[in-house]
Amino acid sequence: MEIPGILSIAIFLPLISAVIVAVFLNGKTARGFALGASIMELMITGYIFIAHKQYDMSEKLTTWFPESFPVQYFLAIDGISAPLILLTGLLGIVSIFASWNVSERTKEHFMWLLALQGAVVGVFTSMDFLLFFLFWELELIPMFFLISIWGTGRKEYSAMKFLIFTILGSAFMLIGILVIFAGTGTFDMMKISELMPTANLIMPIGILFLFMSIGFAVKLPVFPFHTWLPDAHTDAPTAASVMLAGVLLKMGGYGLLRVSAGMFPDQLEKYAWVLALFGVINIIYGAAITIRQTDLKRLIAYSSVSHMGFVLLGLSAVGGGITSLAMTGAALQMFTHGTITGLLFLTIGFIYERTHTRHIPDLGGLARRMPIFTVSLVVAGLASLGLPGTSGFVAEVTIFVGAFPAFKIATIIAAFGVVLTAGYILWMIQRSMFGPEKPQFEQIGDATAVQVIPIGILIISIIAVGIYPAFVSDVFADGIAQMLIMTGAN
Amino acid sequence: MNYIDLELIIPEISMALLAGLIIVFDLFSSNKRLLVPLCLIGLLVPLFFCIAAAQESAEAGFMGTMQVDDFSIFFKYIIILATALVILSSATYAKRFDNHQGEYYSLILLSATGMMLLASATELITIYIALELTALPTAALAAFIREKKSAESGMKFLILSAVSSAVLLYGMVLLYGFTGSTHLSDIGTAIATQLSGSAGITDHGVLLFSVILITAGFGFKISAVPFQMWAPDVYEGAPTPITAFLSVASKAVGFAIILRILYMVFENEALSSDWTSMMAVLSAISMSVGNLIAIKQNNIKRMLAYSTIAQAGYIMVGLAAMTSDTTLNTSGPVGILVYLAGYTFTNLAAFAVITAISESSGDDSIDSFSGLIKKSPILAGIMTISMISLIGIPPTIGFMAKIYIFGAAVETNLTWLAFVGVINSVISAYYYLRVVKTMFLNSASEQSPIKPSIGPLSAAVISIVGTVAFGLYPRPIIELAREAISTIVG
Repeated sequence: MEIPGILSIAIFLPLISAVIVAVFLNGKTARGFALGASIMELMITGYIFIAHKQYDMSEKLTTWFPESFPVQYFLAIDGISAPLILLTGLLGIVSIFASWNVSERTKEHFMWLLALQGAVVGVFTSMDFLLFFLFWELELIPMFFLISIWGTGRKEYSAMKFLIFTILGSAFMLIGILVIFAGTGTFDMMKISELMPTANLIMPIGILFLFMSIGFAVKLPVFPFHTWLPDAHTDAPTAASVMLAGVLLKMGGYGLLRVSAGMFPDQLEKYAWVLALFGVINIIYGAAITIRQTDLKRLIAYSSVSHMGFVLLGLSAVGGGITSLAMTGAALQMFTHGTITGLLFLTIGFIYERTHTRHIPDLGGLARRMPIFTVSLVVAGLASLGLPGTSGFVAEVTIFVGAFPAFKIATIIAAFGVVLTAGYILWMIQRSMFGPEKPQFEQIGDATAVQVIPIGILIISIIAVGIYPAFVSDVFADGIAQMLIMTGAN
Repeated sequence: MNYIDLELIIPEISMALLAGLIIVFDLFSSNKRLLVPLCLIGLLVPLFFCIAAAQESAEAGFMGTMQVDDFSIFFKYIIILATALVILSSATYAKRFDNHQGEYYSLILLSATGMMLLASATELITIYIALELTALPTAALAAFIREKKSAESGMKFLILSAVSSAVLLYGMVLLYGFTGSTHLSDIGTAIATQLSGSAGITDHGVLLFSVILITAGFGFKISAVPFQMWAPDVYEGAPTPITAFLSVASKAVGFAIILRILYMVFENEALSSDWTSMMAVLSAISMSVGNLIAIKQNNIKRMLAYSTIAQAGYIMVGLAAMTSDTTLNTSGPVGILVYLAGYTFTNLAAFAVITAISESSGDDSIDSFSGLIKKSPILAGIMTISMISLIGIPPTIGFMAKIYIFGAAVETNLTWLAFVGVINSVISAYYYLRVVKTMFLNSASEQSPIKPSIGPLSAAVISIVGTVAFGLYPRPIIELAREAISTIVG
């Protein structure tokens, strides 16, 4: 069954829902409406994920801008973006459930969540560079408000830091996009891949590659641009943390894959060692800092830095003969990290609602009081450290196998990151959930029915991908293979 | 001269007649409430004549001193639009002027008449007279509140405007002395023949000197650094709608006449490389100075004054991007026109909101916006979109205009300038978002809801609809701007 305009629907369903929420609804009805919209969105993204190979879903509207400035409304989907869209739909619904108990300015909260979801889907589906950039920037405003209004701690500082870091990164990216346009005369991302080798660029291609990559590196984030992440994650409300870690970081990885690798294959090969180096720094440095954290959310935030290092390492493995394997691993890591870290932030958010503290030494002995949350935290934790049978294992092993021929030493060092991960995850769970019960937590209860749903969704997806990874990895592998054919590498 | 020429300035004549009519009406009628509707209906007449003139081909008249072409009509649209919105947003504000309301509105209309003449003037003396006709009513308007700050504002504007006129005149005199004509087209040909001759070098210097003087004269109009000193004080002291008028219409015609002079007189290869690099430097300085000082401001009008200086800097990027090597490039000037149109919508929305707020709070500090989201969600929403557009974040015209103008810079090998521009946009995000933060996060001292009066509210709504609609579909503006520019590029 072909549904015309399905990609536009996926983008505009949440955006228009956000407008409807803002204009017509009030608190309680907004919540129900947002849930309905996100269920619809999950079904649409699921449909796109399953059906994208059956027929060409791309949509093109060339009359948007005059021909002299040929910005097009061009949406398309391939194996690289389809799983990420599914992830967005999945975490979109999770984030609605996560904010079920928001009582302050409820309507606005759901409005921004929906707007955020629409913008992110826009980033993953845009095939016109300027449209891509438009959605890339559009996502900032909802996130800014989500952190600064409903956050905790130094929320205004963190929101501003998140915003300034990201637009500073995108400033470089914008220059890059304009230079590419001046050189190739088009914003069409598919054509650019073909035209890049012959383009008449006004700046050295190495610098252009750097400019584009900086924009994505800030988002991923790559050391030393990662400092916004712990602040933003820690101070954001649960739903925003889930979206931030789950899909917004993936925009950086997606950009690196689609643009840095897809349009600059030669440069990627030339600077692969830099990527590998920073990947290893991210993994080891991120993990080392994580061990030191005493705030649950901050701990997970830093662990994201470490995990995103694996994405970098996977992308760096060009020229090793099995490029596509490492890249597939990197893409798979993005997907699994989205579900795993989403689950971690979700559970910790729920626990915080009850204990009113995230300070690990203050916690302890919660397992008996909240068995469901404990199970959820243990599953997510074990997946995060790469236990076989969970999705985390598949992604990391794929990356290691793919990257080893290209960067042996880096891969060996990176493998030690897994040990560190096991250290901080297990230690965190042990200190916060187990041990002697504390008197101040005697009254607190376990998950409510509404909270079990998102936890269930994520646990199922983690285990399912762990047991049968091909469900996602085949799609990624297919998309990456196509991209590599187009760029002429391997 | 023959009477048919009068047809060319029918829009201006009808505008001036409208100003007279308002005064007469004010004299005989005690019902001041009819003034605004009368002005608005009256403005349809010049608008209609402009639309009629747009259907015909370009025509010169009054012995070559005036030229009505798509270029001048584009600016007349902007002027009429800005005048209408400024009058609309003054509807309640002007009540404080009691018996002088008629003068207030007719002075606005007279100043607009001068601006419209300026948009089609092609001869030095005509330009000068039109300029004075623009400036004198504005000076009176700036001092209209008749208290200390406003009087200072009017006085400052008058004196500095006189100084800048003197500088401008000196530049014009030099030009006349070396070419023997006051007609822009004749001057252009004279320069071309002189510079192609052997004695080029000395003339070159003098001509460049006159470019500098003329730029300085108009630099005052567009409040570019280093001719910006008047702007903050005048903006702060003048009645808020007049500040809006100054920041939008006055700036737009400033750019109109600069574009015309640069294209008709100084587009010569030998000169253009010099003045484009001058514009590039001024542009970079304007952006940086405006943005950096704006960060520290606590008065919203003063902040927007510095913001307008920065915005002038962004627009000047288009002036700098006029030539690439030896050929004239049109995307820079087209970018200027698009930017000006977008800036008109965006800034008028912001000022309409400020007018509405100051009516109820009597205060122009940024703190008076505290908790606006609770007091008046619609005003807070409009102000937020306007600030987002000023930063250059989608889905607004500010984003599209910035992309277009920076794109032109990259096309003409001014990547460094585009880079300065985007970095400046990042800096500006900080202070524009401060306003947003104040509205959404700070709690107000008193919670009584603000009920904006119909005038400023409708002006704000119209402007913001324009900001978003053209942000999503900028094609009409770009097409119009391209036609306009194509008439002045020989």
